[in-house]
Amino acid sequence: MSIIIHKNTKILVQGFTGKIGSFHTEEMIKYGSNVVGGVTPGKGGMTHLNLPVFNTVKEAVDQTGASTSILFVPPAFAADSAMEAADAGIKTCVAITDGIPSHDMVKIKRYMKRYPKDKKMGLVGPNCAGIISPGKSMLGIMPGHIYKEGKIGIVSRSGTLGYEAAQQLKDLEIGVSTSVGIGGDPINGSSFRDIIEKFENDDETIAVLMIGEIGGPQEVEAGQFAKENMSKPVIAYIAGLTAPKGRVMGHAGAIVSAYGESAIEKVELLKECGVTISKNPSVMGETVKKVLVENNLN
Amino acid sequence: MDIHEYQAKKILSDFGVKIPTGGIVYSPENAENKAREIGGSKWVVKAQVHSGARGKAGGIIICNSPLEVADATDKLLGKKLITNQTGPDGKIINRIYIEEATDIKHELYLGLVFDRSSESIMVVASTEGGMSVEEISKEKPETIIRSKIEVAVGIQQFQAREIAFGLGIESKLISRAANTIIGCYKAFSELDATMVEVNPLVVSHQDEILALDCKMSFDNNAMFRRDEIAELRDKTQENSNEVYASDRGMNYVSLDGNIGNIINGAGLAMASMDMIKLAGGEPANFLDVGGGATPEKIVKAFKLISMDTKVKVILVNIFAGINRCDWVAEGIVQALSKIEIKHPLVIRLAGTNVEKGNEILKKSNINYIEASTLEDAANKAVKALG
Repeated sequence: MSIIIHKNTKILVQGFTGKIGSFHTEEMIKYGSNVVGGVTPGKGGMTHLNLPVFNTVKEAVDQTGASTSILFVPPAFAADSAMEAADAGIKTCVAITDGIPSHDMVKIKRYMKRYPKDKKMGLVGPNCAGIISPGKSMLGIMPGHIYKEGKIGIVSRSGTLGYEAAQQLKDLEIGVSTSVGIGGDPINGSSFRDIIEKFENDDETIAVLMIGEIGGPQEVEAGQFAKENMSKPVIAYIAGLTAPKGRVMGHAGAIVSAYGESAIEKVELLKECGVTISKNPSVMGETVKKVLVENNLN
Repeated sequence: MDIHEYQAKKILSDFGVKIPTGGIVYSPENAENKAREIGGSKWVVKAQVHSGARGKAGGIIICNSPLEVADATDKLLGKKLITNQTGPDGKIINRIYIEEATDIKHELYLGLVFDRSSESIMVVASTEGGMSVEEISKEKPETIIRSKIEVAVGIQQFQAREIAFGLGIESKLISRAANTIIGCYKAFSELDATMVEVNPLVVSHQDEILALDCKMSFDNNAMFRRDEIAELRDKTQENSNEVYASDRGMNYVSLDGNIGNIINGAGLAMASMDMIKLAGGEPANFLDVGGGATPEKIVKAFKLISMDTKVKVILVNIFAGINRCDWVAEGIVQALSKIEIKHPLVIRLAGTNVEKGNEILKKSNINYIEASTLEDAANKAVKALG
């Protein structure tokens, strides 16, 4: 198995009929993802890319049985759409949108707490590349062909650095079970810890590559979780060794503001948790390979 | 986005926080009149730059007459103030804030930030005002009070009272202090702030609770709904190349090295900087042209890098996903037909259609060094420095 999305996962597209939504929906369909329809308020009843358009997520879920959605809605309306998905019974929502205000993210996360655990939506992103389970389904904006089907779980804040890792693994003939982009924002839907826990519970995944960066506590929290609860090896690369303190490096979340948030501090703390560090971004693939050999997993 | 002290004070006072009487001036003459208008016998002349630690850098002057106020203003206006936060170039002083001096009994610290662990708003307070929060957490961590606020219902009176009592404020002033804390919270939550810092918050001998220095930062992502905040931006306080970049949808941070970078994606950009450092070089900048890396963006990126006089070598590192390498290569060729680059240029393309992309570059008349991996690119860039 892969995590979060599988071969038959039914996908809805929120912000379906826009330029960006249309382009990436076509790419997902070409990859083989099971897209069953989309939502654009006011355009319900239309057909777009040979798929039905609905006015509300509730209606779309009722008629298609979709469990998962991907969100291309502009920043000003994205929070509202994510909450609509949560309320309509969507199980996983991937928010691609870049530029959602932090206050809105706090609001979304607070809103999702109203549902009991078994009905609570999992949000991934925003400002992320999405999720791909190679050979099965793509719920994102990544180039699908750089991912080889296999057994390594990837979780990354950055999109392009996640691609870099997938390419390096492919060049070494190592495949990926699922790759999840959790996004570069300071407040995000799923944390590194949330995702590596899913990889630990996934039969198919044998090791996890975590690609973090400066800022925030999530990498170290994941390391502590790995130390206490994981049987599978975790390999990590942390970007931003050269980043100056107190400056935002592209991602709104990439800012060093407290102890344990710089790349050097994160690397040290992760090592203490037994995580293997890829010392530079050029050797993420090689480091994974080395760990697989050491653990007799190849 | 940062704003000036006087702007933050105006905002907080609109939310019920008391501030000393003061006004903004742009000339010594203006300053003298403002001092008379404010009245009293002692004034503080404060340079308005986007930085803390202005006092130690000579940016805050206490004056005993309106003439002294004029002189102090004359001394500061148009100068660059160099603090431990501005970098060696300092920041230009174009505005001066004149304020009545406050008779201080206690100095306290009050700050509000997002707490990324609990994903709530956190109020941080300490009895050790006047020191930076970093210094307080190093030297007097036991004085720090933290209070998480549930965003769905906002700050409650009791929470504000608890903080005020925790700060050792006298009973008769508790409700004033609580209202100050609540005012700061409201400003934070209603205006899409990411930081509010009142340091020091003072108790005066006249039993007033006053915000003596304030700092506010706002979420750039929320500016689409905060026109009143967006217009407070003072571009003279930002690096001119960074302003050029941000106005064109690129993320750019100026650094001290001499290898200029053009990269797509923030994570990859940080990783490339790390590789340059490991190869023995120093990056001149962080530049993320965005996941798309369209030809238009590449042209703008080359323009931006060529504006930086520190740059001696340019490194382009693009991982093309949906946007194919051949398309990116065409963008580079186009860009270089418009801009003359005098420095060695190292290009690394990766991802979709990488062979086609490299072929387009080879066939063009661009003078460049081809690199295959991240490591290769960084090594070649450092070598090209000579």
